Amino acid sequence: MQFRKVAIGVTAAAMLAGSAQAAEQFIPVAAYWTGPYAAGGSAFGDGMADYYEFLNIRDGGINGVKLTYEKCETAYKTDRIVECYEKMKNNGPTGSPFYHPFSTGGTYAVFERAEADKIPIITIGYGRTDASDGRVFPYLFPALTNYWSQSTAKIKFIGSLEGGMEKLKGLKIANVHHDSAYGKETIPVLEEQAKKYGFEFRNFPVAHPGLDQKAIWLQIARQYRPDYVILRGWGVMNPTSLKEAARVRFPANKIVGVWWSGSEEDTRPAGDAAEGYYAAGYHGAGTDYPVIQWMMEHLYSKGKGSVDQDRLGTIYVNRAFAMAMVGTEAIRDAMKMVGENRPVTGPEVQAALEQLTFDKARLEKLGAVGLLPEFAMTCQDHEGGAPVRFLQWNNGAWTSASDWIETDQSIVRPMVEKSAAAYAAEKGITPRDCGA
Amino acid sequence: MIFREAGQFKSSYREDEAHLVLREERLFVLAVTLFAAVVVPAIAGEYLLRSILIPFLIFALATIGLNILVGYTGLISLGTAGFMAVGAFAAYKIATSFPWMHFGIVFVLAAVVAAVVGIAFGLPSLRIKGFYLAVTTLAAHFFIEWTLTHFGWFSNYASSGVISSPPLETFGYVIDAAWERYLLCLGFLVVMTVIAKNLVRSALGRSWMAIRDMDVAAEVIGIPILKTKLLAFAISSFYCGLAGALWAFVFLGSVEAQAFDIFRAFDVLFMVIIGGLGSIVGSYLGAGFFVILPIVITNVAGLFGGAVATDTLASLELVVFGGMIVFFLIVEPFGLARIWELAKEKLRLWPFPY
Repeated sequence: MQFRKVAIGVTAAAMLAGSAQAAEQFIPVAAYWTGPYAAGGSAFGDGMADYYEFLNIRDGGINGVKLTYEKCETAYKTDRIVECYEKMKNNGPTGSPFYHPFSTGGTYAVFERAEADKIPIITIGYGRTDASDGRVFPYLFPALTNYWSQSTAKIKFIGSLEGGMEKLKGLKIANVHHDSAYGKETIPVLEEQAKKYGFEFRNFPVAHPGLDQKAIWLQIARQYRPDYVILRGWGVMNPTSLKEAARVRFPANKIVGVWWSGSEEDTRPAGDAAEGYYAAGYHGAGTDYPVIQWMMEHLYSKGKGSVDQDRLGTIYVNRAFAMAMVGTEAIRDAMKMVGENRPVTGPEVQAALEQLTFDKARLEKLGAVGLLPEFAMTCQDHEGGAPVRFLQWNNGAWTSASDWIETDQSIVRPMVEKSAAAYAAEKGITPRDCGA
Repeated sequence: MIFREAGQFKSSYREDEAHLVLREERLFVLAVTLFAAVVVPAIAGEYLLRSILIPFLIFALATIGLNILVGYTGLISLGTAGFMAVGAFAAYKIATSFPWMHFGIVFVLAAVVAAVVGIAFGLPSLRIKGFYLAVTTLAAHFFIEWTLTHFGWFSNYASSGVISSPPLETFGYVIDAAWERYLLCLGFLVVMTVIAKNLVRSALGRSWMAIRDMDVAAEVIGIPILKTKLLAFAISSFYCGLAGALWAFVFLGSVEAQAFDIFRAFDVLFMVIIGGLGSIVGSYLGAGFFVILPIVITNVAGLFGGAVATDTLASLELVVFGGMIVFFLIVEPFGLARIWELAKEKLRLWPFPY
């Protein structure tokens, strides 16, 4: 008898758990807590999970639908990113609503199977640049902005430092880049801009991992003598570059880094050498935003959350919050579009992402004015045309060095469409008609 | 007792030279093959097939390839990942240049390209041995990686350098489902295993082992060192190239040099050592140990539902896995294949050991 009671109890509990689960939205969190890039990966994974947890605590999830998540370790390895994707894609009542691979190689490995599985892949600030053309890549969203757009903003920023775009004529710019696919990606767009504005640039590739740059910086400072240096680094290459630049007396305030070269993890190890260094970002730094204050109030002050308190306000953690918001707002919109507050599926989120708009009103509601720029994605444009902002490293903190700078889509968009069309031709894809 | 030899007589040389002498062994291998080919694709879920079994099969293939070089010929190589990358990129170039070509032919041609590259980098092995050879193959790895990332021609000038592989089409039918991909890999692996098993028992295989055991003596008894060593490099690279092409086309679906970094080469070398040097079955066991165990550790720890933080869990996986490698190497320095042999011995004597 005793056994039977227990059995009934267990069954009832399981049924309860089952019914409770039906109202939950599952979100996969795949990132890297180990390996050479753990400094970034741990912030991305923990920060995104913390934002979901914060929504659960403050609002009971999204429109009353509780968010559940599972963390999965990828170690920044492409095969593990695929493994995590496959493991989690059917979790929860509706499966994964979207997936962040957090690696460009991983993006390439999952996006085709994700299209078959109808799960949107969101790659904010990395991944496949030509996926900005939503007609060819319906399930791939390089939301906000991409590398090529960033490069146009960077040249505009240098122009503003010089006091006008016409002053760019005759300037010399050194492009110090990580010698990998990622590092070389902006070379074609720089070539276009050099033609347009009349500056001269030269590439200085740095071999992975980038710990030995003495010869390159000697060459830059003694021979080439550029007016500006663009630093397109990743991981340990960044602080090494800053230190070597200081050693050859190249001023840090003439170096402009990309958004993977502009975190505390890049500047702190360089010490004084980083003082005055500029870097791009697609989101703000610091904790001076209502949303982060709310998170401190509801989550961190109560000892919850997995991000270390002293990491709050750093670039990587803010980036994680920004990325999490794009996903959760897409889920919110998807619920609105299906007219029901229930867990949403991949195709529903895909439709929501294709009209996702972060306007002033939404940013205010999110408490993220200044943290995120305004942008709007469409069926055709999966990038959203977000502007880029530049930050400067001053006295051990990132401070704003510019307003939001619009990217130059007149250069980027034709290149994106050309590249996407080449992909479509290679794969025999007929681009969707977006009604444009 | 379970392996019952009584009554099994060999009445011809052919029977005496068979791969699997005992009937029980033949039945066992047949049963495993049938299970893998029929039952597994029918019952295994997509996650199991796509994320665990396909990588396992491909790594087993690469491990057999490296075992030919390290285990049978005694030439240490760290160039495995490089040769896999050659196979993957060659397959991509061939498949995009000749879209009408059947992918099976593409893979074999890509493996031939890898074999040629392997011969080129095998040349130093005639003069250098041991750790010095390991260093030259390491150089080969970096040279290949550098070449593939530096010359846009290899990736058809894709801006990001990561390229997506063409679909696997055969006679108008596209192989896409997980079980189809799994069977494709299994087919390649079975064929290549039979070839490898025969190779190492042939005159060539015996020459390899002679060189491994003492190359001067091998030369004295008339084994052509140059030809034999280069053949070992060629055949080993052929296997690795084929594995690389499968990795890119069947598993990842994208071709990138970073997927074949130096850690991949170490992984395959460790699979050979853990599995057992100079053993085909050991290659399977080593690959299984390396691919399946970390995922099992993570999933078992995951069962405790959030009790372990993800970052701790990720580190725990490395700790437990490293610990098991040390444990196995202390307990059985000849690898898992030796344990397998001992188990078979035990099965012969059971239940009356002496």
